[in-house]
Amino acid sequence: MSEPQHSTFPALTRRRLLGLGGGLALTGALAAACGSNTGRGGGSSGSGPALSQWYHQYGEAGTEQAVRRYAAAYRQARVTVQWRPGDYDQQTAAALLTDAGPDVFEDDGPTIDQIQGGQVVDLTDQIKDAHADFNPAVLQPKTYQGRVYGIPQVIDAQLLYYRKSLLAKAGVQPPRTLDELVAAAHALTGKDTKGLFLGNDGGAGVLGQGGIPLVAAGLSLVTDDGRVGFDDPAAARTLGKLHTLYASGSLLLGAPADWSNPAAFTQGLTAMQWTGLWALPQIREALGDDFGVLPFPGDGSAGRPAVPVGAYASAVSARSRHVDAAKAYVKWLWVDRTDYQEDFALSYGFHIPARLSLARKAAKLRSGAAADAVRFSTDHGHALPLLWTPKSQVALTDAVSRIVKDGADPAAQVRSAAATVTAELQRVRRKTG
Amino acid sequence: MLSRLLGPQRRYLWFWVFTGPFVIGLTVFGYVPLLWSITLSFFDAHNTVTPSHFVGFANYTAILSDSAFTSSLATFAVFSLFIVPATYALSLALALMVNRLRLARAFFRSVFFLPTACSYVVASMIWKLSIFNGVRFGLANTVLGWLGPDPVAWLSTTRPPWYWVVIVTVRLWLQAGFYLVLFLAGLQRIPGTLYEAAAVDGARPGWQVFRYITFPQLRATSVAVVLLLVINAFQAFDEFYNLLSTARGYPPYARPPLVYLYYVALGQGQDLGMGSAGAVVLALVIAVATVVQARWFGLGRKEA
Repeated sequence: MSEPQHSTFPALTRRRLLGLGGGLALTGALAAACGSNTGRGGGSSGSGPALSQWYHQYGEAGTEQAVRRYAAAYRQARVTVQWRPGDYDQQTAAALLTDAGPDVFEDDGPTIDQIQGGQVVDLTDQIKDAHADFNPAVLQPKTYQGRVYGIPQVIDAQLLYYRKSLLAKAGVQPPRTLDELVAAAHALTGKDTKGLFLGNDGGAGVLGQGGIPLVAAGLSLVTDDGRVGFDDPAAARTLGKLHTLYASGSLLLGAPADWSNPAAFTQGLTAMQWTGLWALPQIREALGDDFGVLPFPGDGSAGRPAVPVGAYASAVSARSRHVDAAKAYVKWLWVDRTDYQEDFALSYGFHIPARLSLARKAAKLRSGAAADAVRFSTDHGHALPLLWTPKSQVALTDAVSRIVKDGADPAAQVRSAAATVTAELQRVRRKTG
Repeated sequence: MLSRLLGPQRRYLWFWVFTGPFVIGLTVFGYVPLLWSITLSFFDAHNTVTPSHFVGFANYTAILSDSAFTSSLATFAVFSLFIVPATYALSLALALMVNRLRLARAFFRSVFFLPTACSYVVASMIWKLSIFNGVRFGLANTVLGWLGPDPVAWLSTTRPPWYWVVIVTVRLWLQAGFYLVLFLAGLQRIPGTLYEAAAVDGARPGWQVFRYITFPQLRATSVAVVLLLVINAFQAFDEFYNLLSTARGYPPYARPPLVYLYYVALGQGQDLGMGSAGAVVLALVIAVATVVQARWFGLGRKEA
């Protein structure tokens, strides 16, 4: 869900890195092989077992130096940090199948299949002293049958940014409902400026993946008792409105940088854009105070505003040769050392700390649009449920894309996606035991 | 005893010295993964390559009833319908033109061959970001702008499916030069005496000579070219992935089998059993298609 790597890494850079990815990953692996044997390689000066820790490449300057500094300060083990560019989730997924993987690693999940497959270890005892201080919206998807498998690091959110001056010129109020959003996008569309940018696919990917319109319609992806939460006429109605939006010609499509990058918004190609919290500093630098943020507006009588949130978590591989040492290190860094957690969340990129106590006292999150963003994330934040598997994901985004772009019948598409999701939920439930 | 093992003039020893490394490589990187993959396809292998839960043909029934997989096969069919005839015609036409040149033939041959050296990833990036981006300053949209119509979002419009223009042209540009060289070699093997005889018999240069001399004489080359084109189309992955994937996955259109299986088995999905079943199905389809094609073209039969 949250992918801070895209914060200052537009699609272009990510793909260019993908091209290099193989080679870089290989050198990384070689470096790791040396590092974990000798304990050298830019890691910690401590004694004890050698641990290898993986991070995905954050775009913000200074983050890499910071995590190396934290690792070097640990005394009970020699920790080697690997900073991995490229397609991180796939690298870790592959590495966890082998003995050459990391001991401690960042994980967008852990996914339900990683947990059920015994690839990550139980960290409940490590987090228990501070359990209540972690933001429940992001801790809950890391929890399976009451046990915690990943310790959230920082929270990212996605929001709707709008250009105040353009709205004022067109006499449009910031939209509070989906219908208002559709009308506003239409009113704001001119010759060289489109009304709204939801990504080059018309929002099918980013909105579909987070299930954002479904939440806005008052539904959920998976209910609390583990069933499909969106097999409902309201889902079809709301998704149908996204097609109206797409067909109205008021969406920006085919921009050089995709939705995760604020370039289209700051360059004036669009009056409103859906993008991440991570883009806020760049937008503020380009536009000053001429912008505001909103949640995705609710739709219908049961509707509510939606703000997708997510967090990378720190997890421990079950194949680690020093599981106990790795667990102790994770506890030290992501539970005990709140000074490092605060530094990591706030000094480099723009994230919300995963600890409620740290988020409350963060000065730079207390004024202007940043304060609004934090408030919306706290009030309306929803994360992807743990039982939401990649296959369910594909089924829903495919359905949303067909509805939005092809004008396919929303009710039929929702039904077919719901059938796939039901089968997936049955599969993961069968393994419970 | 030893001398018998080594063979006369140590031929057996040298046999293994020369073929051994290749056989080992083929076994380790070819046959073992192949057999392993077939094994995996009969297991519930989520996030593991050493599964324990045997499921029989469940993965096969699942993948064959998966509409996304069957539609990916249809995508491949559409793609090869576009790309095979287009590349064939273009590279043959270019070869005929280059072959007639008296001046600077080597220059033009190199010019047309150069794109073959370009990486699919790089070309896809150029196609996606400069030529066919959806905003008004993209090259294709600039040209359209002179003629009147509004900018087209090439890669995200599904009605009409403009994305095929981008996908087909990038591969056409990349591979036409390679097949041009194959055709050139074929053209140069046609004996000049045939053309002389045709001229004596009164064949008009141009279409008639091409239809009755050049084209039939190129038959062996044509068969090879078409087979290679179809197999390459089956293996399409790079340009599709680089043109259409986003940080959030892949859209449900223009998704060929390899891209789909990549997301099932190697993405976060890690359903290696299902992915292997899909790979086996795909391998069988390719094998059958190739055999049928070879029969149809009479490959291996003696040239009449």
